[in-house]
Amino acid sequence: MNQPIVQIRNVTKNYQRDDFEIPVLQNLSIDVPEGEFLALMGPSGSGKTTLLNLIAGIDRPTSGSIVISGMDIATLGESALAKWRASHIGFIFQFYNLLPVLTAYENVELPLILTHLSKKEKREHVEAALNVVGLTDRMHHYPRQLSGGQEQRVAIARAVVTDPVLIVADEPTGDLDKKSADEILILLDRLNKEFKKTIVMVTHDPHAAARAHTIQHLDKGELS
Amino acid sequence: MKVLKLVYKNLLRHKLRTSLTILGIAVAVMAFGLLRTVVTAWYSGVEASAVNRLVTRHAVSFIFPLPIADEEQIAKIPGITGITHQTWFQGVYIDERNFFPRIAVDPEKIFQIYPEFLLMPEQLASFKKERNSCVVGAKIAKLYNLKLGDMMTIRGDIYPGNWEFVVRGIYQPKDKTTDATQMFFHYAYLDERMRQEAPSRAGQVGWYVMTIDNPNSAAVISAAVDGLFANSRAETKTETEKAFQQSFASLSGTIITSLKFISYVIIGIILLVLANTIVMTARERIREYAVLKVLGFTSLHISGLIFGESLLIAMIGGVIGIGLTFPVCRGFGEALSTFLPLFNVETSTVVLGLVFSMSVGVIAALYPAVKSVRTKIVDGLRQIG
Ligand SMILES: Nc1ncnc2c1ncn2[C@@H]1O[C@H](COP(=O)(O)OP(=O)(O)OP(=O)(O)O)[C@@H](O)[C@H]1O
Ligand SMILES: [Mg+2]
Repeated sequence: MNQPIVQIRNVTKNYQRDDFEIPVLQNLSIDVPEGEFLALMGPSGSGKTTLLNLIAGIDRPTSGSIVISGMDIATLGESALAKWRASHIGFIFQFYNLLPVLTAYENVELPLILTHLSKKEKREHVEAALNVVGLTDRMHHYPRQLSGGQEQRVAIARAVVTDPVLIVADEPTGDLDKKSADEILILLDRLNKEFKKTIVMVTHDPHAAARAHTIQHLDKGELS
Repeated sequence: MKVLKLVYKNLLRHKLRTSLTILGIAVAVMAFGLLRTVVTAWYSGVEASAVNRLVTRHAVSFIFPLPIADEEQIAKIPGITGITHQTWFQGVYIDERNFFPRIAVDPEKIFQIYPEFLLMPEQLASFKKERNSCVVGAKIAKLYNLKLGDMMTIRGDIYPGNWEFVVRGIYQPKDKTTDATQMFFHYAYLDERMRQEAPSRAGQVGWYVMTIDNPNSAAVISAAVDGLFANSRAETKTETEKAFQQSFASLSGTIITSLKFISYVIIGIILLVLANTIVMTARERIREYAVLKVLGFTSLHISGLIFGESLLIAMIGGVIGIGLTFPVCRGFGEALSTFLPLFNVETSTVVLGLVFSMSVGVIAALYPAVKSVRTKIVDGLRQIG
């Protein structure tokens, strides 16, 4: 393994709420090597989501540097950062966040709107991604016609369709029953092993964390 | 799939709300079109007036009469090629609602001064011959099913009593801008009865209409006419037919001004209807927009979605509204054909209706778009919904 894919150095993050600052992360440093499957655990409010958002480039640190596969993302402007996210990050949410007006197929295709792929290439990508999550037979269904576990699998297909280097997942099994959760975890494990994706996953569930290679605990903004 | 498809899919998300908004815009655009058409119809008499005609009226108001003896004097002024007098009779035909101009005229001259009223020579001849005959416009003849030889009984108001007329002519309008809703009858018929019943009102006419050889000398000739009667008992005011029509039209100018005002209020209503929908829509989708941003969509894409949806609704509503304007105006035009003889939807009304609805589409989306763009992703994702 060469250079770590995620290099976080002395990151501090405070949220500004009205007149006072809420300190969330203090002087935090962490490396995630390429090919890692990392589970982030910790009590509610400890800053797990905040850290994940910083890694995914959807929020900016108050200070410190975040380098993802060689790119210091703090130096990117808004639209450059958006472009960077589109090609480097696959984000999986706890509540799936599929667009209800789009079918499973269209939801997976969504990130590809931003690429220059041909129509045919797009279709191949979407079908491949849906194939990985085992939902080719449901691709013309709308989210409301799918179970929670199926919705999350569509969301995973959406996260991997652009072939990102890093997948971040914020409690991906938090809203699922045990059986569906297991399916999701198996899927993530496969993405890690078979497709060599680096995964950072936040979870409350020790059972889920057990799937990961490494577990890090975050408490009051500090790793242990 | 394109961003446009997402706009379209979003549009169909709340079908009822979208339809109601479109309907609201359509009705408002239609009302706007109708009001504008009423306003332009009102002024169309002014537009249709000839440039080579002058009107002389009493200096105070056209409701005061002038002596018939003035005609001979005015006719002598150089540059005047023809003159005739007219007297507003009004009266009630069958029902007070049946309004159309009824005017006492000089049968020898009226159709020379107004060549745009086309009358068959034999009808003109029989009109001239009979003292109680009249000529009506083709539109009036059609509306009241009047034929040559029919009797018309008019109850006088300005000139009391019952007045019997026999239709001896039906004039055709020269073109679309010509008013075909007037009725003309012999001034002599009116004057004769005045002489018996109200001698003080005899020998009086409403106003004079003159044709002149050169429109450019209108001002000079007008001054010459008014100079003749300066310091007399009935001072005159002479102006172009256009200006005269305008003073006629502006009699109800306040109503027209309010109609104009209301037509702009309607634009405001469209804006509120649409803004309400778009603001509501954008608020519901704060989280979705945040998700799109996570996926790499930029502020430009997000505003594109919001403006696109707003513009699409505004455009569909505007087009339907313009489409409705035509049949509605036709219906109105028929119902009001005697009040407002020239009731046509103008191209400018169509263009304005569309331009206004499109601008409203842009304005309604401004605030929600700015707000959605400014919302931070992390805040958008925390939105429950
Ligand atoms: N956008 C925000 N604005 C203001 N405060 C925030 C924001 N996001 C998070 N916080 C605060 O930062 C702290 C850490 O929040 P974060 O969501 O990172 O915790 P978490 O570890 O993910 O918790 P949970 O396990 O409940 O998801 C909390 O006190 C939270 O209130
Ligand atoms: Mg969290």
